Amino acid sequence: MTATTSSRPLALDERNHHDARPFEVIGILVKRSLVRVRRMPSAFVPSLVMPVFQLIAFSGAFGFAVTRLGVVKNALDWYVPLNAIQGASFGALGVSFALINDMQTGFFDRIRMAPTKRWVLIASPMAAAVARSTVPVIFVIIVGFIGGMNVPGGPLSILCVAVAAIAIAVTAAAFALGLTFRMRNMGAATLTQFAIFFTIFLSTSQVPLSAMSGWLRGVARMNPMTNVLRFARQGFLGDVTWDQSWGGLIAMGSMLLLATIFALTGLRSFEK
Amino acid sequence: MTVVMHSMALTKRSIRGRLRQPAVLAPSFIFPLFFAALGSASFTRLADDPFFSANIASSFLNYAVAGAILQGVLFASTSAAGDLATDIEQGFFERLLASPISRTSIVFGRLAGSMVVGVVQVIVFLIIFTAFGARVESGPLGVVGLIVAASLLGLAMSALMAGLAIKSGSPEVVQGAFPLVFVLMFLSSAFFPRHYMSGWYRTVADWNPMSHIVEGMQGFMNQDLSITQFYKAWLIPLAIAVISILFALRTLKKRLAAS
Repeated sequence: MTATTSSRPLALDERNHHDARPFEVIGILVKRSLVRVRRMPSAFVPSLVMPVFQLIAFSGAFGFAVTRLGVVKNALDWYVPLNAIQGASFGALGVSFALINDMQTGFFDRIRMAPTKRWVLIASPMAAAVARSTVPVIFVIIVGFIGGMNVPGGPLSILCVAVAAIAIAVTAAAFALGLTFRMRNMGAATLTQFAIFFTIFLSTSQVPLSAMSGWLRGVARMNPMTNVLRFARQGFLGDVTWDQSWGGLIAMGSMLLLATIFALTGLRSFEK
Repeated sequence: MTVVMHSMALTKRSIRGRLRQPAVLAPSFIFPLFFAALGSASFTRLADDPFFSANIASSFLNYAVAGAILQGVLFASTSAAGDLATDIEQGFFERLLASPISRTSIVFGRLAGSMVVGVVQVIVFLIIFTAFGARVESGPLGVVGLIVAASLLGLAMSALMAGLAIKSGSPEVVQGAFPLVFVLMFLSSAFFPRHYMSGWYRTVADWNPMSHIVEGMQGFMNQDLSITQFYKAWLIPLAIAVISILFALRTLKKRLAAS
């Protein structure tokens, strides 16, 4: 009798566990993240405006440095992929801020108690980062077209930028989650910002490798972001080819894998 | 005399407050140094351009020093004004008003603190950049020129931001104004010479007072001393400082009248 009564709630719990479809939960949590953006536009607007402003500032100020090399006809061809990726990475910051807020308000504990898979707690903010990044990336590309950007690689060029932007958004979000689970304060968002900033700028963000000198050339050569940018830019500089793609695909895959492991181990240490 | 003494006491407090928050002060040192290092490694080939080497600077590092100083001073001024807004938000400002202290010294103390930080920044930056091969072509007087220029710019920008801080009483509003500072900086010749810009961007940079201030400072770094450098690097920030201080004092007067 005792066994029957004690096994009943367990069975219910098990059924609930299986009933909570992971992708449905992810969809709901992504929707929640977007509702939050709508309710607090002041927190989202800078991540929308900054990539566009930087696109204008970089192409206006440093345009000569890339056009004189003959690599591109229009400086926007060089800077649109960079600023699209940078815009996508800002989504990760939003994820970090939102998670800290959820931790402070206790909402994150309620999600943890919910009958859902653990990986959903990681996958939802990563998906939310992609959703939040869509608007800045589209905005940057539109401004690029308005400014006369060239796309000799055709529609595949835009696809490459989109793939790179999504990969960086997801990777940066996973990294932000890993840090936030470990630090549990706003310092995680600041550190994420620093990490993204330095990873992007210590690559071929401003000029090609051939134009660099000294320490930066060595660092940029080792930085996986250089391969990601090569992948994203190829369609703006010429045709999209496998030679220009595989390095970027490996870099994006490796960074994503490492960042996801970092996030999962972070969640585990948070739950201890 | 009382105003001076009170201002000095509040200046000390302002500087001590900055030193106690290294995390807030650090970006105004780290980012300018990083951008200068990045620029000099990225755009070093620009020095091969005959126009650049003949008229602008002997190396991109020498060119980047003035931009780094400008950037550092602007960052520091914004965070100093943020501290003032925090004082207002947390009630310390009201306690100052309740004490027998000169009202204007509340503003002047902050401004003097920013000037001191500006001077320290120039000295630190010059030591670091000199170690990496930068040279002040105009000699010791040029160093003095740079130090005074940075302190005047610190005065001008922190007065402007202090006015905003007093008006709003909110650190968020002051931080929210930072992108404007960022825009002013990027739409100038702080990071790249105006000569190589084109179109509307060049027009904006031509009209941006920051371009002229930084070019005056670049003159100290890269050319022999001339009156133009003093005019650009000293008089323009001084004029902005006068207007900004008047704005800050006016907002203070309004706040006092309201309280």
